[in-house]
Amino acid sequence: MDAERFPPDAPPALELEKVVKSFGPVVALRSGTLTLRQGSIHALIGENGAGKSTLVKIIAGLYRRDAGEFRLRGEPVDFTSTAQSKAAGIAVIYQEPTLFPDLSVTENIFMGRQLTKRFGQIDRKAMREEARAIFARLGVRLDPDRLTEGLSIADQQIIEIAKAISLDARVLIMDEPTAALSGVEVDRLFAVARSLRDEGRALLFISHRFDEVFALCDTVTVMRDGSYISTTPIAETTIEELVRQMVGRDVADLFPKLEAEIGEEILTVQGLTRAGLFSDISFSVRSGEILGLAGLVGAGRSEVVRAVFGVDPYDSGTVRLEGRPLPKGDPRTAMRRGLALVPEDRRKQGLVLDSSVARNITLAIRSGLTRAGLLTTGAENRSAQVWASRLEVKTAFLDAEAGTLSGGNQQKVVLGKWLATEPKVLIVDEPTRGIDVGTKSEVHRLLSELAQRGLAIIMISSELPEVLGMADRVLVMREGRITGEFDRGAATPEAVMFAATHEPEPVR
Amino acid sequence: MSALSAGGTVPRVLGSFLKARETGILIALVLIVVVATARNPSFLFSSDGYRDLLLTPSLLLLVAVGQAIVIITRNVDLSVGSVLGLTAYLTGRLFIDVPGIPSVAVFAAGILLGGVLGLINGALVAFAKVPALVITLGTLYAYRGINVMWTGSDRINASDLPADFRGLGTGQLLSVPILTILAVVVLVAAAWYLRNRRGGREFYAIGSDPAAAHLYGLKVTQRTLVAFVVSGALAGLAGVLYAARYGTVSSQAGSGWELQAIGAAVIGGVAISGGVGTLWGAAIGAFLLLTINRALPILGIEDFWQRAVVGALILGAIVLDRLLALRQSRRLLEAKDTE
Repeated sequence: MDAERFPPDAPPALELEKVVKSFGPVVALRSGTLTLRQGSIHALIGENGAGKSTLVKIIAGLYRRDAGEFRLRGEPVDFTSTAQSKAAGIAVIYQEPTLFPDLSVTENIFMGRQLTKRFGQIDRKAMREEARAIFARLGVRLDPDRLTEGLSIADQQIIEIAKAISLDARVLIMDEPTAALSGVEVDRLFAVARSLRDEGRALLFISHRFDEVFALCDTVTVMRDGSYISTTPIAETTIEELVRQMVGRDVADLFPKLEAEIGEEILTVQGLTRAGLFSDISFSVRSGEILGLAGLVGAGRSEVVRAVFGVDPYDSGTVRLEGRPLPKGDPRTAMRRGLALVPEDRRKQGLVLDSSVARNITLAIRSGLTRAGLLTTGAENRSAQVWASRLEVKTAFLDAEAGTLSGGNQQKVVLGKWLATEPKVLIVDEPTRGIDVGTKSEVHRLLSELAQRGLAIIMISSELPEVLGMADRVLVMREGRITGEFDRGAATPEAVMFAATHEPEPVR
Repeated sequence: MSALSAGGTVPRVLGSFLKARETGILIALVLIVVVATARNPSFLFSSDGYRDLLLTPSLLLLVAVGQAIVIITRNVDLSVGSVLGLTAYLTGRLFIDVPGIPSVAVFAAGILLGGVLGLINGALVAFAKVPALVITLGTLYAYRGINVMWTGSDRINASDLPADFRGLGTGQLLSVPILTILAVVVLVAAAWYLRNRRGGREFYAIGSDPAAAHLYGLKVTQRTLVAFVVSGALAGLAGVLYAARYGTVSSQAGSGWELQAIGAAVIGGVAISGGVGTLWGAAIGAFLLLTINRALPILGIEDFWQRAVVGALILGAIVLDRLLALRQSRRLLEAKDTE
């Protein structure tokens, strides 16, 4: 940092103080605090759901804060649209840029504020030249006339950055920009980021990769559970310290783990690989065991279980259920042989929201309930009754539409649907996402009881306390690979978080 | 369409002209005219033949230009035929009920009514967030219903219209029909706007990716409204000219035009998924569609095959678009790999 050009007593480029945002009863941001200075690259880190994205969306003008201060160069601001935020000199570069595929690179840079000459006519030549000049300054080779369709994510980000430069944005926010980039592309992006910093712009860099944070940034802010935790100069902190701050909460007794007898190995996965998504995944799960699958969003966990279940294909590897191989890409057989998958997005993939609770519960076992090919409401209701009461689904009538239930009860209906098939292995993907705390522990109790009755359970969860509280064994994935395996005793928040964000150590 | 590839020595302007989608259908149009004229010289060389060749498509051109703008924003306007019918009847009624009304006032009234009907479409689409296909299907029937209620079994006859107004529909200037000149002026102005003004480019942006348009801070709602108002107003203008051209207006005037307008746009290379295409393409598409209709009987193709040919033309255009898009994305991917 150049202390003379950017005096420390100048007002910060951007300041957020105790910003609050809630959506109905869900508080997404309890207390967001952030100070960005000119000529600095600031890192923002935190677990999934820590409130980083909400913070960014408030800065971008996509959300409006409920309370708290928001100042730009000392002046209070209140954005109601992205256009206002942009006009104030803020540019946001998202992980997956949103560009217009049918338009040229130049048009994408200048859309909405094209250079014009007489009669408001767009000056294509001037725009093309300015685009060329910006690309030259960034040291990248991109044809300003080509369509953006088919450009790599890295090049699309460069277009977003060029857009920010042509706008002369003073504040640049990069939301996990490196997630989809190769090593060379990351280096190029960092070189660009540093030169922007040296021009006196303020940059915010959101990343899960500590090596990148330490290589690029000069200050780091940690968030947890929607709240500000700390801001430290990067030179005065360590990875261990940051990890502690990110996860530093009690693994509450919210997770009533019951002792279960762990028996035979039921599901064995060997060397499962699908190009670009995951590679060489091997694990097994025993009856009565809860296997936690931890990692950051996008680590490839859902893709692995979807491939195991057969809804997605895989390139190589084997899946064995009770010692016998399971054919790939055949979810019907998987279900018949005793595999059940409760998907992540229950509204989209798990429930027919317009249908009754009873019909939803019996959806997976319909053929067993038909008489002479006809499905009777009576049979449906009798079977559903059993499961609804066992799961304590709170619904006055089984014929209520599933969409009218609360999130927790919906999740129980989805669980009920799969338990009705009497599976041997139950795979649950983010079983408590978007569920209030009280219902959460009910879902946990339920899973624990099922394990006690001898079911093998694979639980994907991005919430560390949940994984650590529930699982007998924890597998950690990072970027499509397994980077750690811990028994219940050895699974500390620090160890799991470290494995989720780092290359595996050569010697563990 | 092997004629679409250009050699390296060909100057760039000519190269992009040859590669342009519009060139292909223009060639098809010329071919049809040539073949039909060879079969029967009166197709082009009789004074009626020449005039009809230009006159009939000119009205459709106006509607197709409005339709193309709406489709470019990733919407569709099924109500244009009904709007045309209503304004055509309004035109006749004004001349009957307000004796001595100047033609200019009638034109203004027709365009205004069309614009208001378009605004209703646009507002329903933009604010109610219901797909345009459903909204304008509803207003197609609603507007037609109003028309039938208003007209009853009545109809406008040529004798109800003043002679100078009727002259607009059939008159010529330097042996070019006035109607065609009017349509081309509208086409040139709209095409210039879409290519060279910020507002025009934003139509493409919105159709290319509505979510991105929102993130860019473009005024998506306002632009959507404008597109529908323009489409309605052009259908209104076409309605007034319809009355001038045909003289007779029943309650069914213009029914089915919405499909012809969409067909013209699609044949002309306007992608039904938005963001791609030009008004020039839609205009040539309108000419091609109606010229084929006239040429087929001359080429000895029986009546009931003619619709099938039009259908094949639309399907062919869509398949061609898909193939071109696939080729392009493959080429772009290859370019990426070799970088």
